Amino acid sequence: MSHLGTIDNPLRVAIVGSGPSGFYATEALFKSGHTVHIDMFERLPVPFGLVRSGVAPDHPKLKQPMQLYDKIGQTPNFNFLGNVTVGRDLTVEQLRKTYHAVIFTCGAETDRKLGVPGENLLGSYTATEFVGWYNGHPDYRDRDFDLSSEIVAIIGQGNVAADVCRILSKTVNELKQTDIAEHALDALARSRVREIHVIGRRGPAQAKFTNRELRELGELEDCDPIIDPAELDLNPQSIVELEDKNNPVSAKNVETFKSWGTRGAPTKSKRCHFHFFRSPTALKGAGRLEKIVLEKNRLDGDPFNQSARGTGEALEMDCGLLFRSIGYRGLPLAGLPFDDKKGVFPNRDGRIINGNDVLPGLYCSGWIKRGPSGIIGTNRADSVETVQSLLQDLANFESQAKPGAEALYPLLKARNVRVISYADWRKIDAAEIERGKAKDKPREKFTKISEMLAVL
Amino acid sequence: MTTVVTDNCEKCRFTDCVTVCPVGCFHADGNMLYIDPEVCIDCSACVPVCPVHAIFEGDDIPDDKKHWIQINAERAPNLPVIEDKEDPLPTAEEKKAALGY
Ligand SMILES: Cc1cc2nc3c(=O)[nH]c(=O)nc-3n(C[C@H](O)[C@H](O)[C@H](O)COP(=O)(O)OP(=O)(O)OC[C@H]3O[C@@H](n4cnc5c(N)ncnc54)[C@H](O)[C@@H]3O)c2cc1C
Ligand code: SF4
Ligand code: SF4
Repeated sequence: MSHLGTIDNPLRVAIVGSGPSGFYATEALFKSGHTVHIDMFERLPVPFGLVRSGVAPDHPKLKQPMQLYDKIGQTPNFNFLGNVTVGRDLTVEQLRKTYHAVIFTCGAETDRKLGVPGENLLGSYTATEFVGWYNGHPDYRDRDFDLSSEIVAIIGQGNVAADVCRILSKTVNELKQTDIAEHALDALARSRVREIHVIGRRGPAQAKFTNRELRELGELEDCDPIIDPAELDLNPQSIVELEDKNNPVSAKNVETFKSWGTRGAPTKSKRCHFHFFRSPTALKGAGRLEKIVLEKNRLDGDPFNQSARGTGEALEMDCGLLFRSIGYRGLPLAGLPFDDKKGVFPNRDGRIINGNDVLPGLYCSGWIKRGPSGIIGTNRADSVETVQSLLQDLANFESQAKPGAEALYPLLKARNVRVISYADWRKIDAAEIERGKAKDKPREKFTKISEMLAVL
Repeated sequence: MTTVVTDNCEKCRFTDCVTVCPVGCFHADGNMLYIDPEVCIDCSACVPVCPVHAIFEGDDIPDDKKHWIQINAERAPNLPVIEDKEDPLPTAEEKKAALGY
């Protein structure tokens, strides 16, 4: 029998999820020197995961990795099976039998909850839904966000919170030439939001924004950043954190906050207020959100390990709209173990494990491997690590030839699944770009699966 | 707005930065790395991973390092792309210690 990884017996790998980690795993396998055939499965008809449906529309440059993924997508040994949900249309076991190895790069598609009473009141939403909505993700396009409230709270102080804050505070003029979904632009044009409160449970030195994303909130056309200088007093442990040479990001964030604290009276029509050391303990309202109860916190612990502890002091704030942005979470997949605490597939260097046992041939990368942290490029190093593990295991793989997608198309057809090829996606892509032209937008996304399929 | 590699990278080349670049825009000569501003998307993924803080975002480049903007732009396109981690130069640990990191 010919050697695995040669033209006569290519290494066949299934990749589940077409976000950055899936494409960087593909790239690393193609560079491995072996002959590798990749079948990439994606539950939507359109690829690129959160680069398409997470990264904010007003940050077009950050979406450019799509051009690299598109090049990989057009490589001869790459095959795309869009509109196929693994766990529903195909089982993990079916993939395991059909391929030498399977890499799960299915991201973190749900979000963490606050766990406080009133969380499900009308008016209380997740950043996940809002982001999916303005980016035209089919799962969220029919959400109806009531933007008639003047006061909004955003819980969380990371880059996703910054995105939500920017989209709520930018003018229609600042957004209309981006690839923001049409329904979102229409709703934002009618928004009455004026006061945006961005609330963190720890202090300014622990905020998770990156420098550029934070600074940008001070440079908006029609929104002033507001901060009470008293909230910028730091405890000795936080000063130690800021003085650490290896922590320049926090030091620069605190500089930015300080510069806003001394800016003088606001002049613009919207305001973005930053609050620290506060955790929501209840959301209140008759049928819909009217008030949020916040508990004052203090920090407890050593530098870089400080956690927020409630002081018992409570304070109420009026607000009619709330977005929680305290982290994404992976979803379990039938047939695979799941670490419920971290919301990831348990793994060692990308090899999926059940207890102490490595599950042969099953790997993971990206947010489902390490949790929802890191930006697009972080997934490249992560996928390189997973592929290294896979290549080390090569000698243990069954060396018999595997059929790959050819064996799966009939099963999918029998289930009435319309599989989207990469060539199909390029048609959808071209149609979206064409639709955008008249409005001077880089594209007008299709937001319903039926619309995407209608192009073909 | 540009992201640039500066002199701290000289004699060092830890190359941690290249592993997280989403678009592969680092180029290398025998001495240090450079970023191609035409390809870089200013995502800052590389900035925090450099062990000697050689990389700066546009807004943060100190005045005495501004000339590196031009040096990166001129040299990067004429040098080979580097996308995978390589061993640091033999002088790397010494340089890192000398820089106080
Ligand atoms: C709101 C937001 C904004 C962000 N902005 C930036 C930014 O500006 N810059 C930056 O560098 N990073 C940004 N990030 C981070 C970046 O998007 C992530 O690091 C990256 O997308 C994670 O890649 P991934 O491949 O692990 O997951 P994802 O990108 O989520 O891809 C997972 C893919 O798997 C598919 N999938 C899931 N389950 C299944 C299944 N059962 N079967 C088939 N397919 C499935 C999903 O549809 C999806 O396409 C942002 C993240 C968010 C949430
Ligand atoms: S990580 Fe820093 S020192 Fe190392 S090669 Fe990159 S820029 Fe140079
Ligand atoms: S800023 Fe991003 S794109 Fe530019 S060199 Fe660094 S990692 Fe690469």
